[in-house]
Amino acid sequence: MSVDAAALALGKDLIGLETLSAAQLQFILDTAEPFKEVSERAIKKVPALRGKTIVNLFFEASTRTRISFEFAEKRLSADTVNVATQGSSVSKGETLVDTARNLEAMRIDMVVIRHGSSGAAKFLGDRIASNVINAGDGKHEHPTQGLLDLLTLRDKFGRIAGLKVAICGDILHSRVARSNIWGLTKLGAEVAVCGPPSLLPRDIEELGVTILPRIEDAIAWADALNVLRLQLERMQSGFIPSLREYNRVFGVTRDRLARAPKDLVILHPGPMNRGVEIDSDVADGEHSVILPQVTNGVAVRMAVLYLLAGGTGAVAAAARGEAA
Amino acid sequence: MPSRSPLLDERAIARTLARMAVEIVERCQGTEGLLLVGIQRRGVELADRIGRLIEASEGVQVPRGKLDITLYRDDLQTVGVGPVVGETSLPGSLDGRTVVIVDDVLHTGRTIRAALDEFADFGRPKRVLLCVLIDRGGRELPIQPDIAGQTVRVGPGERVDVFVSELDGRDAVELARVS
Repeated sequence: MSVDAAALALGKDLIGLETLSAAQLQFILDTAEPFKEVSERAIKKVPALRGKTIVNLFFEASTRTRISFEFAEKRLSADTVNVATQGSSVSKGETLVDTARNLEAMRIDMVVIRHGSSGAAKFLGDRIASNVINAGDGKHEHPTQGLLDLLTLRDKFGRIAGLKVAICGDILHSRVARSNIWGLTKLGAEVAVCGPPSLLPRDIEELGVTILPRIEDAIAWADALNVLRLQLERMQSGFIPSLREYNRVFGVTRDRLARAPKDLVILHPGPMNRGVEIDSDVADGEHSVILPQVTNGVAVRMAVLYLLAGGTGAVAAAARGEAA
Repeated sequence: MPSRSPLLDERAIARTLARMAVEIVERCQGTEGLLLVGIQRRGVELADRIGRLIEASEGVQVPRGKLDITLYRDDLQTVGVGPVVGETSLPGSLDGRTVVIVDDVLHTGRTIRAALDEFADFGRPKRVLLCVLIDRGGRELPIQPDIAGQTVRVGPGERVDVFVSELDGRDAVELARVS
């Protein structure tokens, strides 16, 4: 361990990938590698976070992310409590900060928060002493999803730098898109976005991405496609004419992929709308890494929990060279 | 810069490892069920070399494993997370095997305590032996080596550094004066 250990420290919270350096992103991915093996053991548990209490505070519905975090926490031997907004004091009108302060009064160490408002995770992190991990806040970021996409791409290609990744679908409402764009561009990938103009944010090019208006263009250009979920409620609000129309114009189908110059790796953060943004034979096809993404999600979350739990003491110790 | 004095050179390390390899086979009465587990990082290389020596003399394959004990350290809560977690790979179950832990330097014994805890999560070895290149004393737990290449007296402010060619470009054991 050397002086740059301080530069790798993640700080108290993980709010987004926007504020992390390329070296920090790389460090998290490298730390995730050995955690993959822990989940393959007969006894899938290591004592690293023994005695830590973690609250999973989910103000929005989530199955995959919440379960993935819970597995990650349990495999590190932390004690976990799940708070869903239904049936809790939140439904009685308690504010976010009051909820968190009450939890802190019970001596917790970390909060994993999913919230519908952009900025909720940072807002909370600035007001409580516990570590805060953003599990998705509004349209802002979903950093652990971004990290697991990076890890899956790195597994598949052996590198991130120089890769061409097209993010397809509803970019406007997608925190996954934003975390992907930050992470991929920092690590040297080229990123394009593709979707109906009504679902592309204005000024998205300022983030260093290209706009490809047609899905055919994206397929012809990219090494990998990250196909985002079309949130069905968008149709009701008039962003797209109909689901069939969307599938006809922007669906990732076997026929379209067959015309690509090379085999594309297909990612999807889930849950999928089969037959809308992605066809079943593509989702289940040989180039799909959708299930490896889920497996990597647990490893990445274990790495983040482990690194944040170390706190500043870790960095100081590492900087002093007290490795072994 | 710490001042250094040599303890073992390349040839002395080779002789020591050869003696340790013979001793392992003697202590285990053969190679049946033998598994050499190197502790990350330099224990892995030493286990591999000892394994090759046993294979050459006994004419059998000797399985090897790697163990990273970072996640089992007893000081994670106080020093926090510093070192990068290395790879752990153990072939199959440890049930019924004779496991020989190989490490470069034995000091406080805390690494070995962590390794024993980690083994318990991988099965129930028939027997576990501890084999270290250097025993430098200074134990904080009741743990002793079964086989030690060299025993070294180390004063306050001194440290034993082991270099292996696979990682460091040379084979050497040196005593470093840090303060």
